Amino acid sequence: MAAQEVASQPSDTLTTLKTESETLKTKLEEERAKLHDVELHQVAEKIEALGQFVMKTRRTLKGHGNKVLCMDWCKDKRRIVSSSQDGKVIVWDAFTTNKEHAVTMPCTWVMACAYAPSGCAVACGGLDNKCSVYPLSLDKNENLAAKKKSVAMHTNYLSACCFTNSDMQILTSSGDGTCALWDVESGQMLQSFHGHAADVLCLDLAPSETGNTFVSGGCDKKACVWDMRTGQCIQSFETHESDINSVRYYPSGDAFASGSDDATCRLYDLRADREVAIYSKESIIFGTSSVDFSLSGRLLFGGYNDYTINVWDVLKGTRVSILFGHENRVSTLRVSPDGTAFCSGSWDHTLRIWA
Amino acid sequence: MTINTLSQDGVQRQQMPCLTKMERMIISMQDPDMGIKLRNQRLLITVIPHKCSISDEEALHVGQLFVKYGYIYPLKEPRNLILKADDSSYRFQTPYYWMSTRWPASELDYAIYLAKKNIRKQGELIEYEKECYNALHKRINHTWDFVVMQAREQLRASKQRRKGDRIVLECQEQAYWLVNRPPVSPEHYKLTTLTKNTIAITYCAVKYNQIFFLSCLFFLARNRVKSSICLESYVKYCEQYQPHDPIMQGCLPSNPWITDDIMFWNMNSETVALPTKLRVERWSFSFMELLNDQMGRKEFLTYLEKEFSAENLCFWQACEDVRHGETAKIPEKVDEVYKQFLAPGASRWVNIDSKTMEKTLEGLKRPHRFVLDDAQMHIYFLMKKDSYPRYLKSELYKNLLARAIVPQETKKSVFPFMRRQRHSSPSPALATQTAEDDGKAKYSNSNSGTASRL
Repeated sequence: MAAQEVASQPSDTLTTLKTESETLKTKLEEERAKLHDVELHQVAEKIEALGQFVMKTRRTLKGHGNKVLCMDWCKDKRRIVSSSQDGKVIVWDAFTTNKEHAVTMPCTWVMACAYAPSGCAVACGGLDNKCSVYPLSLDKNENLAAKKKSVAMHTNYLSACCFTNSDMQILTSSGDGTCALWDVESGQMLQSFHGHAADVLCLDLAPSETGNTFVSGGCDKKACVWDMRTGQCIQSFETHESDINSVRYYPSGDAFASGSDDATCRLYDLRADREVAIYSKESIIFGTSSVDFSLSGRLLFGGYNDYTINVWDVLKGTRVSILFGHENRVSTLRVSPDGTAFCSGSWDHTLRIWA
Repeated sequence: MTINTLSQDGVQRQQMPCLTKMERMIISMQDPDMGIKLRNQRLLITVIPHKCSISDEEALHVGQLFVKYGYIYPLKEPRNLILKADDSSYRFQTPYYWMSTRWPASELDYAIYLAKKNIRKQGELIEYEKECYNALHKRINHTWDFVVMQAREQLRASKQRRKGDRIVLECQEQAYWLVNRPPVSPEHYKLTTLTKNTIAITYCAVKYNQIFFLSCLFFLARNRVKSSICLESYVKYCEQYQPHDPIMQGCLPSNPWITDDIMFWNMNSETVALPTKLRVERWSFSFMELLNDQMGRKEFLTYLEKEFSAENLCFWQACEDVRHGETAKIPEKVDEVYKQFLAPGASRWVNIDSKTMEKTLEGLKRPHRFVLDDAQMHIYFLMKKDSYPRYLKSELYKNLLARAIVPQETKKSVFPFMRRQRHSSPSPALATQTAEDDGKAKYSNSNSGTASRL
């Protein structure tokens, strides 16, 4: 009914469209507010507060020649892949701090990297607008770069990439404002996702039973939830005041957190369809570059551009701890698959494992 | 932050939220009633106002940033742009020189400043300033007369000011230029911008807004759940998983990252003989937890075989393989699934309701990645609602739970400074390699510790 109305309207001018969109947006916010009967910190009042928190750097991984931009864990819980501004992608055994593989990309600013679920390949990309998959070979003499497979092709830089449940499909997000799902073997685009009005900076796959959705965040301050099958945007949230640098699902899959340049982290609930918590402090001035939850979802770790890592109590909304150590901005942060530690990468050329 | 912010506007847009926040704090710091205590400083003849000092850890960190961005500057060692937690003096920078107002500092301004310094006292310029001065002289030679003239004019005007004001103004200007033209490339706090052209988004604004309008209508029609219900679920989830969260509550025998002991990983590996109690308990949290654990899946399959409904799990697994596998292999995989599970009289026929079966069979005529989704969903929920709860009540599960291990906590080593040797583990990439190499064992001893393959 409504769709037909739109179609029959003659030459929509931009202004009329915009005013109509604004009215709808306000209506949407009203609808969302109707079912909001309690705040998260109120519900969390009955829970015990967390005690003193001690986390230290347990490993420092040195070896990158320039800013570390991205990292990802392997499913074996101890290996990681990291990428940096100088074009190097390194696979480490973080436990022993040994470097196991190194690839030099033909471009600088490798902003995205991901470990394949099987542990046999890594994907990376950046300013080359592509996402390439490198199978990890254990033969010392083998040149990893020779076996490279170009999978994704965007029209602007690659900001994030992620394997879906298998080695065969990759989800990417790009500075051209779109996300896309690719088949690794053929390099074919299986689905594309349009809706962001500016660069898409991050994405995360939902841990749900049906495994069909993912969330993305972009420079248009919006976080969108997409259906991977149809390519449609299912939900959209626009409460941040600046670019969203990182999104991560809550372990149950019912919510996700986002970190932004406006120096706040926010929690959005998917069933209530609204923002339910803001994690911020007056003394935190610089933007969040990356966020991740601890295994139980009680803690939210945020890496910030003022070189620190803040640890938040997700339920109470308070900051539990602040971790110093990096000598430049923290660019990436991921909790290990079994939740025993988390890794942070920074513009100071190092990665640190904290536990 | 996007790397496309190379234009002046772009950099400013990125920095503005930070700068606005900083400036708000600086202003409240200078509030005469609530702000920081300021002291007047006598300097021989003149009285220089607005001096203050700071202390405390986090405040120190925030303060460092203020100094780096030029909102506060040190008096004793102006070239050393750090904040010290002692009695050393600092002064607030005048808003005229705040980053948000003057950004970006122009070459001409800098040339005039250096020329002033040079004229005022020959040889006052330090090394890197001399270099900059010469470089600028070459680069903007055509306006050099203007530069020198401006410098002289400004010096003459400043001589007419009161000495106290003049000294303060000189300090402010010096501090400003130290922040904006430091000797080493400012990796620390200046945002690195890139010269890459932004390719315009392919949407035109009208089309984007039309799509957004339709999306809004779609969003409005959504079913929502009350906040109280959603938020309660987080509390329950966190409570349930807290014992399993190593960062929150530690893990037994110990966290490998802290004690360098990998027992925890060994005891929880996929192929261990007897699992840990926590692991088996976790299977009871949700059906997804059971299926996500390879061992759990195997146990469940064993149970289903006893119940003669193992084909359900096998069907579900086969569907997963179709959904996440190679696109090229989809038609043949779908065909296999049909033959094994869906065809009338199939060896492992799965019990799907007629409507879903009809729809699936219809879709099989043109097989695609998601053609088996409805059938898979049906079987998944069947297992979840029926077989799974019964499994949790079964003897098989209860026995395993009773036999499951609760690891002993690793005793802290007697000699705390003696670090355990960190053993390397076989790379996951190894698994496929050895399979490919026709049984030729190429891998090195897994206890080699420092074998590097670079």
